[in-house]
Amino acid sequence: MMDVQRIRRDFPILSQTIRGKPFVFLDSAASAQKPRAVIDAMSAAMETQYANVHRGLHWMSERTTDAYEAARRACARLLGARDEAEIVFVRNSTEAINLVAHSYGRHLLRPDQAVLISEMEHHSNIVPWQLLRDDRGIELRVAPVTDQGELDMAAYEALLADGRVGLVAITHMSNVLGTCTPAARIAAIAHAHGALVLFDGSQAAVHRRVDVQAIDADFYCFTGHKLYGPTGIGVLWARRGLLDAMPPFLGGGEMIATVSFERSTWAEVPHKFEAGTPAILEAIGLGAAIEYVEAIGFDAITAHEASLVEHAAAMLGAMPGLRVLGAAQDRGGVFSFAMEGAHAHDVATLLDHQGIAVRAGNHCAEPLMRRFGVDSSARASFGLYTTHEEIDALAGGLARVREFFA
Amino acid sequence: MFDDLRDLYQEVILDHGRRPRHAGRLAAFDASAKGDNPMCGDRVEVFVHLAPDGTIADLGFEARGCAISVASADLMAEVARGRTPDAARALFARFSEMVRTGEGADDPELERLAPLAGVHEFPSRIKCATLPWHAMAAALDAAKDAAKDAAAKETGRG
Repeated sequence: MMDVQRIRRDFPILSQTIRGKPFVFLDSAASAQKPRAVIDAMSAAMETQYANVHRGLHWMSERTTDAYEAARRACARLLGARDEAEIVFVRNSTEAINLVAHSYGRHLLRPDQAVLISEMEHHSNIVPWQLLRDDRGIELRVAPVTDQGELDMAAYEALLADGRVGLVAITHMSNVLGTCTPAARIAAIAHAHGALVLFDGSQAAVHRRVDVQAIDADFYCFTGHKLYGPTGIGVLWARRGLLDAMPPFLGGGEMIATVSFERSTWAEVPHKFEAGTPAILEAIGLGAAIEYVEAIGFDAITAHEASLVEHAAAMLGAMPGLRVLGAAQDRGGVFSFAMEGAHAHDVATLLDHQGIAVRAGNHCAEPLMRRFGVDSSARASFGLYTTHEEIDALAGGLARVREFFA
Repeated sequence: MFDDLRDLYQEVILDHGRRPRHAGRLAAFDASAKGDNPMCGDRVEVFVHLAPDGTIADLGFEARGCAISVASADLMAEVARGRTPDAARALFARFSEMVRTGEGADDPELERLAPLAGVHEFPSRIKCATLPWHAMAAALDAAKDAAKDAAAKETGRG
């Protein structure tokens, strides 16, 4: 079992008090806190080892390029990628999905094909496909989720039956329901019907060991800031052959081989997709975050999370007047709930006054909120530093909120 | 436990949030408008019925939102009645200033609305308080446009 108190000491922000109360941070699914290792790696880079990458012929640029490329190798390792050239640095998952919608969707899908998403997608895995549909007439299909909050696998397969779906784009773990989707089965079914599959791993990559080969993904993306790294850096992984076939997303420096006013040629992947000066410091910070997480180990992280999930499900499930959304068999550390007689906003404000930070709103998943018949919900989400005592504090806090609004 | 929250959740607000007096669609209305806060899922629809003299005869609303937004809508419906649309808009401006800065709570015009002054200490909740007012302003604009159209038709026929 991992020593959570020791881990908490790695995160300077967690020792703060908020309004005189211990800071109970239950909003990691929105953005996670940063360990000292990440903070130090970024500061050290700025203090001792910083210049632009892949450009200068000088010592400092070469060292910085080494650090930047080492971060790419860390990402490849994290995802089980075969080739580090398959790791494209982007700003976040949103940009990764937009890149695929543009470079694959607009250029390699045909207008008579369809994209299939699910009902539990984040807006970032809905809107890029709507833009593609409106631009190219590519149909957008939506696979339903069950009342349990799981992907309806029969309906999913039925939506692929006519063979017109060219790409399935689906979350690997819901940011609202905590549902972990059966990625390997989703991919196998997609492939059997001639479709490629993209997984939005924004949440999953934080909580689970991801192996893109084992689940047989074609595209996979995650964002650094939820994985205890900085904002402004994320990753798109895709099979080398796909990246080679896809035209660039953004044009500019860094992504070219030669440029003349008549025509330009593109750099090799991944650089073809990394126009302009990249987020160098943030990539270095992400590399440090991955090393930090790897040192703890996903076995320990997953076991700790499973015990938190079990505890939270018991505590929240037993609270009168509280409705937890979804009850998936395979669930990660995200709980959204609605309280009878109190709006999620009021719940969040009252929890905040007890030092407890949760998110309230539609969690960038409006269609899913409608599916579960709520306008908004409050959400508690866990990180590797979350303790059982914090979940107890949440339950106690919710009981007081309920009293207040009774 | 929540003593420091009593500025935000005054008894008046909890009461009107829980049991709004003016909630509901009006049986007859001249115009309506929706307010929507996509960030949090608050939704409100405001219905206005104007008297022959142009003043607001009745104002109703349907809202799904937090205690602050529902109480604000209910108190708004109460104080808007009997005012001309321009006076209601002027009141909105003063109310808006009060919930943003806390200033003006002692203004006799704002007396019924003063319990919402505490909102200014909670920047993320200011939009909850102003959402129904924006919807009312839009409904009044719509009523004005409708009246203009009707008058134009009238003239056209004449």
